[in-house]
Order: sequence, then structure tokens, then C-alpha cells
Amino acid sequence: MQEQIETHKYSEAEVNKSLADSEKIEFLRQMVRIRRFEEASLKYYNAGKMGGFLHLYIGQESIAVGTASLCGDNDHIITAYRDHGHALAVGMSMNECMAELYGKKTGCSKGKGGSMHFFAPDKNFWGGHGIVAGQTPLGLGLAYGLKYNEVKGASLCFLGDGAVNQGSFHESLNLAQLWELPVIYIIENNGYSMGTSQKRSSAFNNCLAGRGDAYGIEWDVGKGNDIYEVRAKTKEAMDRAHNDSQPTILEFDTCRYQGHSVADSNAKKYRSPEEIDYYKENYDPINVWKNSLLEEGVIDENDYKEIDNAAKDEAKESATFAEESPFPEPSAITDDVYFEVDNQTESGKQGKHFFHD
Amino acid sequence: MALTLYRQALNRALDEELANDEQVVIIGEEVAEYNGAYKVTNGLWKKWGDKRVVDTPISEAGFIGMGIGASMMGVRPVMELMFFSFAYVALDQMINNAACVRYMSGGLINCPIVIRGPANAGTSVGATHSHTPENLFANVPGLKVVTPATAHDAYGLMKSAVRDNDPVYVMENTLLYGDPAAASDLPDDEFTVPIGSAEVKRQGTDVSLIAHGRSVIVALEAAKQLDEEKGINAEVVDLRSIRPLDEETILKSVEKTNRAVLIDENKPFCGVSSQIAATIQEKAFDSLDSPVLRVTSIDAPAIYCPPLEKEQVPNVSRVVDMVQKLG
Ligand SMILES: Cc1ncc(C[n+]2csc(CCOP(=O)(O)OP(=O)(O)O)c2C)c(N)n1
Ligand SMILES: [Mg+2]
Repeated sequence: MQEQIETHKYSEAEVNKSLADSEKIEFLRQMVRIRRFEEASLKYYNAGKMGGFLHLYIGQESIAVGTASLCGDNDHIITAYRDHGHALAVGMSMNECMAELYGKKTGCSKGKGGSMHFFAPDKNFWGGHGIVAGQTPLGLGLAYGLKYNEVKGASLCFLGDGAVNQGSFHESLNLAQLWELPVIYIIENNGYSMGTSQKRSSAFNNCLAGRGDAYGIEWDVGKGNDIYEVRAKTKEAMDRAHNDSQPTILEFDTCRYQGHSVADSNAKKYRSPEEIDYYKENYDPINVWKNSLLEEGVIDENDYKEIDNAAKDEAKESATFAEESPFPEPSAITDDVYFEVDNQTESGKQGKHFFHD
Repeated sequence: MALTLYRQALNRALDEELANDEQVVIIGEEVAEYNGAYKVTNGLWKKWGDKRVVDTPISEAGFIGMGIGASMMGVRPVMELMFFSFAYVALDQMINNAACVRYMSGGLINCPIVIRGPANAGTSVGATHSHTPENLFANVPGLKVVTPATAHDAYGLMKSAVRDNDPVYVMENTLLYGDPAAASDLPDDEFTVPIGSAEVKRQGTDVSLIAHGRSVIVALEAAKQLDEEKGINAEVVDLRSIRPLDEETILKSVEKTNRAVLIDENKPFCGVSSQIAATIQEKAFDSLDSPVLRVTSIDAPAIYCPPLEKEQVPNVSRVVDMVQKLG
């Protein structure tokens, strides 16, 4: 478990010192929105409104919100299947996200991707990926695209503590440094990959990010529950990407409060409820931030209640929106497979593309 | 007698094979302490311990390749892929190494490995988790592929797979693990189902419904409906094994019914049913009273939308409709 939080040190960082009160309040609002959205999605999942998996981000909100808050027009984000928090943090609406969970036509992926596969390229959000570490070479590719076109930007590629053991991630690290690509790998270390603790899955010295040493990649570790720290460390990495076109590995400690997914039958077996309760009590990212803002006199309890109530209402309304939205038409099953076919180009009209009866 | 569920049948087969041969070791993600993501290995770690039932990190290319290498040394690993869709992370090992090493060594090296896991769509887990690669692996000489549809066959084929000296990929189905329609009355004594043997699961005279995996359950349900509602008496042939393939049972059935509808959760292009259709027209052309028709998955990545995915995979109404299209 973590020691005393050094909030004050990171609040003095340049990137945080310049924050306006309104921005600080916005971070709080974003984190609360994510949490209320996730709680609502759990409720409606349990009511049978959704299929498949549901991996909740509750407990980790400060990482998505803190990092996304630094992103400019040329910075990009890509993550794994635990993607609802990142989606909301980059500005996707609760409506399109909830509708996607319901499999509706109005969902961000028209009901085709589901919980694990949210996308919004117009917001520089490249998914939502179901194969563990499958996004890590893609994140590298986003950085390649930036560098190739001589755009000053960064690719923020999120992964779990379990994903670090995939070969594709290691191959990506080598390429990232070899070709000096502006990618930032952000390991959200919640201590578990499904039911396997970090100790049972990874060989490491001190931390996972330290594997960067093998490739000469700069790395840093931090407490993921403190927005100030997340922002301070991410800013350094982004400067490195923007100014020097160099990669970074960041590792943030965090905690997922729920099971791996809603279907995690062993959620209470591989770790104790006390472990989670202790974290919630002492390190909850929303509480930590809320308390900082109370202490700084930026908000009072009433402001918080208003933010919270608004988030709850928004989440509830998104469920109504999803409920009332139509399912896609059966003919939509074969839409969005090929660009050329969808757009009826010459190429799309040539030859047979689909073979079912 | 109590029926055994598909997942319990697999569990019993693995348990017995762990007992029968000390070289058998179960390796995969969450197979030990978690008892398996789908509980197929439930209780085995507790009973057999760390040496025989081993949890891995999420490193499919690494640990599947390791299993193949160990099998070259005479270990008999039974590797679990949490989803067969994750085989794509380990494809090089599963095709270039497992399938080719015996051939390239002129028969000097064998790979007695089993790679098993669920390979199905229909559970709204999206395109990345819903692949059915039995056709892909059956396209590779050197590999064997089986797709049990019932608890009986899951048990018998798993035991055969573990004892086989070639790589056998056992493709299971998350929808069958707990499905009462796939449960069987298993005898107490051990038995095996030979790899490469199909089975007629329902006798009929008017049309052969030829299927594998969960599509067999769909075909049986459709046959019942055709009988009750349309007066059509369908025979259901369960391939059980894709490669090696029991052509004889297929051809015998078609020669009897003179009609065939193939039901295949694969995508249609070079799906398993493509091979079956080719076989039938090559070897039973004169017996056919109508073209061989197919019900496959609708030809797109698996859609998430739960009600639409039920339409995308073969279902009873699509099979009943297709049978009625036969001349
Ligand atoms: C290639 C692949 N293997 C296995 C899985 C199944 N799986 C999904 S998430 C997961 C655990 C990942 O843990 P971690 O990377 O720590 O991320 P977290 O879930 O904690 O956010 C596993 C084993 C998968 N989706 N893809
Ligand atoms: Mg984790």
C-alpha cells in the first residue's frame, strides 16, 4: 500500500500551479461523471440490458482524467477494454457510450463494438481494444503517424499490469526507442490481471516501468490516485514526446474496486474486501481530489453535491436515451466491413465481397 | 442417472488423464488458482498441485510456444487458451512450429500437445473474442482439429487428444459448457471417442443436416421442428472431428437422404462447410436431388448487438427456412 500522499509537492509543479479553479473543478466533475456512469452501467447490466463483458473503471478515474486533461489537438489516446473512463475523459457523451453498451444504433460504434470497443477518432480516441496488449503496437503506430507527418504530438497508450507481459508490448518498446517515436506507455497498475496478482505474473525489479531500462527508455512511477501527480509526471513525458520525439513509460499505482469484469466469479477470493476498503477509505481518487479542493477553498460541500447530483442525473438520462434508441437493422451486420463497399466505389462494386446465403 | 455437463465432462477427462500419465500438465491463464475462467479446470490445481496445473502470465505466444517445445521433449501439455480467439497472438507457434516441426525433421520430432479453449460467437463479446478458427487450423496439414458438441464427445475426444502423438486443437464452446441440451449420461468407466469419427446424432430419411460444434445442437432442434411442423424427417450428422474428417459417414448419410444442408458457425468463405460441400459433390454427386445448401454465420466480424448477433450465427429458424428451400 501507498505511503502518505505527497499531494503538495506535485501541486507546486508548473503544470498544476497555473490551473484555474474552474479547471480543477472540471477534473472533479469528470471523475464523478465517470464513476456515476460506471455505477449506472453496472445497474443496467445487472438488469439484463447488456450482453457480453463489462469491465468497470471505478477507482482508477484520476488517471484517465489527469492524463486527458493535458491533451491538445495533436495528442492521441488508445487503451484496452476497460475503456469507459478514457472515453468520457476525452469528451465522448454518456449517451453514445451507454447506447453502445445497450447495443443500440445510437451507440458510439453503432452497437457493433460493445463495452470493450468504444471509438471516437474525431476526439483522438482510438479505442477500446479487447486483446490484451493488442493496442500497444497500435499506440506506437499513432506515434509513427505523428512523426511521419511532422506533427508535434504524442500518443498516450494505456495498458494494464498484466498486459506488460505480452511480446507485442516488448517489440513495441524496442521500436519506440529505436525509431524515437513520441509514444507514452501508461501502465495502470491495479495490482491484478483478472485473478492473478502482479507478483504471480511478472518478473521485475522494483517496478514494471523499469523494464524500460533494457531499451534505454525513460520511465517514471507515481501514485495514480492524485491528479496533481498524474499530471506532473505525464507532462514531463509529453514534453519529451513533443520536444524530443522520445518515448516514455509511466506506471501509476491504482486500484479497481469492482471485479475484473462483472462476470468475475472469484472477485472476493483472490484479494480481500479489506484490501479494497482500505484503499477506498484512504486513497480514493475522487475523495483525495475533493479534499484538496475543499482545503484550497476552491469548492465547498454544496458544490460537490451539485456536481454529484448532476452526474447521477446525466447517467440516468443516458440510460433512458439508450433504452429508447432503436437497435441497428439486421442489414447493418454487413455494413462497415469494407470502406469501398459502403461507399459504392468502383472497387467496392468489383467482385463478390460477402458469401453468406 | 444425473447428467454430466459439457464442462464437467472435460474436467473429468483432464482429471483422469492427469492421473493416467505423469507427463500430462495443464498450463494456461487462470487455470490453477482461479479454477479456470470458465471453470473447466475447477478443482484440478487443488488436487494436483503447482507442478501439474500451472497459471501463466498473459503471454500467449510465449507460453503456447513453450508448450510446443516441451512436447518435443516428451512432456504432454494441455494448454488452455481462455478464448480460442487469443490463438491469433500465438499463431506463429501454433502453425509454423507445432504443425511443421515433425515434417521438417523428417519425422524425428513429435508434438504431442493439446491446445484447448472455447471457439464460438453468440455471447456478445464482440469481434475480437468471437472467432471460430477451426477451418483455419484444419487448413494446416500436421494439425488435428476436433469440435465436440456434447458432453459425451467432449470427454471422449479430450482423452483421445491427450493420448494422441500429434498436436490436437480442441475447440469448445462457452455456450455449451453449462447447456443442458449438451449434457450427457456418462458411464462410470473410462472411454474414448476416436479422433476422425463422425456420428449420426439423429436418424432421418429426407435430408442430411451436417454440422459441428454447437451447430449440432441447433441442427437437432431444427430437425425436431421440421418433423413436428413440416413433416420433414431430417438426419443429423455431427462431424465431431474436422481434421481428420470422417468422409464415409457424411457420404453414407447423403446417399441415403439425397439432400444436404450444412450448418456451420464459420464464416462462409472456405469455412468447414466449404470442404464438406466439395467432398459431397465430388463423391456423391449422383445421389444428390438438389444442390448442397449452407447456413453459416453472416459474413462480417461478430457484431456486439445482442439481438443481432443471434441472427448472425446459425439458428433454428434459419436452418428450417433453408431446408425448405431445397427442391
Ligand atoms: C490476448 C488476450 N489474452 C487474454 C485475455 C483475457 N483477459 C482479458 S483482461 C485480462 C487481464 C488483464 O489484466 P491487466 O492488463 O492488468 O488489466 P486490468 O484488467 O487490470 O485493467 C485477461 C487475462 C485477452 N482479452 N486477450
Ligand atoms: Mg491490472
